[in-house]
Amino acid sequence: MIEVEHLTKTFQVAKRGAGFKSAFKALWNKQYEEIKALNDISFSIGDGEMVGYIGPNGAGKSSTIKVLSGILTPDEGTCVINGRIPWKDRKEHVKHIGVVFGQRSQLWWDVPVIDSFCLLKDIYDVPEKEFQQTCEELTELLSLKEILKTPARQLSLGQRMRCEIAASLLHQPDLLFLDEPTIGLDAVSKLAVRAFIRKRNEEHGTTVILTTHDMQDIEALASRIILIGKGRVLMDGTLSDMRGCVENKNASLDEIVASLYRSYEI
Amino acid sequence: MKKYLAFFRMRFIHGLQYRAAAWAGIMTQFAWGFMEILMFQAFYRADPTSFPMDQQALSSYIWLQQAFLTLFASWQWEGELFESITSGNVAYELCRPVSIYNMWFARSMARRMSRAVLRCFPILIVAVFLPAPYGLGLPKDVIAAVGFVTAMVLGLLLVCAFSMVIYMGTFYTISSAGLRMVASNVSDFLCGSIIPLPFFPDAAQTVLKILPFASMNNAPLRIYGGDIAGNDVFFTIGLQVMWMVIFVVVGKWMEQDIKKKIVVQGG
Repeated sequence: MIEVEHLTKTFQVAKRGAGFKSAFKALWNKQYEEIKALNDISFSIGDGEMVGYIGPNGAGKSSTIKVLSGILTPDEGTCVINGRIPWKDRKEHVKHIGVVFGQRSQLWWDVPVIDSFCLLKDIYDVPEKEFQQTCEELTELLSLKEILKTPARQLSLGQRMRCEIAASLLHQPDLLFLDEPTIGLDAVSKLAVRAFIRKRNEEHGTTVILTTHDMQDIEALASRIILIGKGRVLMDGTLSDMRGCVENKNASLDEIVASLYRSYEI
Repeated sequence: MKKYLAFFRMRFIHGLQYRAAAWAGIMTQFAWGFMEILMFQAFYRADPTSFPMDQQALSSYIWLQQAFLTLFASWQWEGELFESITSGNVAYELCRPVSIYNMWFARSMARRMSRAVLRCFPILIVAVFLPAPYGLGLPKDVIAAVGFVTAMVLGLLLVCAFSMVIYMGTFYTISSAGLRMVASNVSDFLCGSIIPLPFFPDAAQTVLKILPFASMNNAPLRIYGGDIAGNDVFFTIGLQVMWMVIFVVVGKWMEQDIKKKIVVQGG
């Protein structure tokens, strides 16, 4: 159970014009602009839900994920996940969540993937037997058999992403946060990743929150959509709710989202 | 504890696979060691009476320093840590149910030790067979031997605790280069890895002796050669413990402060 109320986070962003003159000026007088990355965000998500968290670039999606995973402390507001406040009970909280940051890597670059997995096993105190089982299951579902012994640096992006997803599930978390898990993947890998996430949710009841710009991800996975923009929640509903917001019934998902962004001026 | 051991093991395995780097390191250390010995030999010939150390003790100092360079040299940074902080990959490490401080401490210790294990033996073996007073002598007595091992372990812990303060400091700046450069050069000079501390002027020595840097590689190497002996051994070891505790406390405090303020930028 995730309950988020009135989350607010402001960032200071350094600003200056281009060129030598303004760079020199900024040496003496640095200008900052305050950006509200999260502006009074509230929602609640039940166990076993699959939620798509969408919004244009810079809307605050990643910031929300960071708050939920305990690595960002908000300025105001509360967030309680299974009875814990992520940034206060960080260590206890992160035992129960799995996170994939699509743009970053958690695998050790120069050693075979399986070594990274074994390290995670120890970090999360997963018993050997359970680890073997989980590892086998993940290996089969994500077709990792061929690549487990390869150093991470020699994997293709799609292979690496499958390993990243497996890595974040080795400790069987009840909650899975996916920040752009299909970024840069080819069609085959995308389908494989989607099928896997759906299966995981069905069989293990894992709650999944996923941010993405790929509307097909949303269509394939999310039973519920939260649309945010400029740090605010603009819509919280199902895919058909979203379709209902536009007049053209034949519009593609991308067109619907684009027109929503336009109508909310975000 | 098991978690940190696992981390240690992982970093150790990771470090063991760079064979070419180890060979290159061994070569460099040999060349450097011979050069230093020749240089000090010239000084010794010029005026043996003003030589502050026994020549044999000096040779042992140089060879041990070369063999265990990666254990004590403060510039043996764990580059990946700086990179993960600057690039934001540290986000993943913050998502683990472990203390960042302890995890990285284990990691930097493992890095240093894995490198030292690969490099030390060829140097030690060759140095033992060099003719006296140019080779590696044996420790004077049991106290020197036990003191050396104790001081070496403490020295390693101290260097790691010192590095942790620098790693943590990186969280506060955008680029780590400046901090790293200052820390490397200052400590390298003051810990006696460029010129052994006994060769510094007396006035400077009284101050340098109690600075944390003297407790890093200077302490174990001088205890080995008998240059620090008797009650001084206990004093030196006590000093090492004190500095280690101070650096650990500062580093831990920084960790707490960072956790409140950290912002991982970008998507």
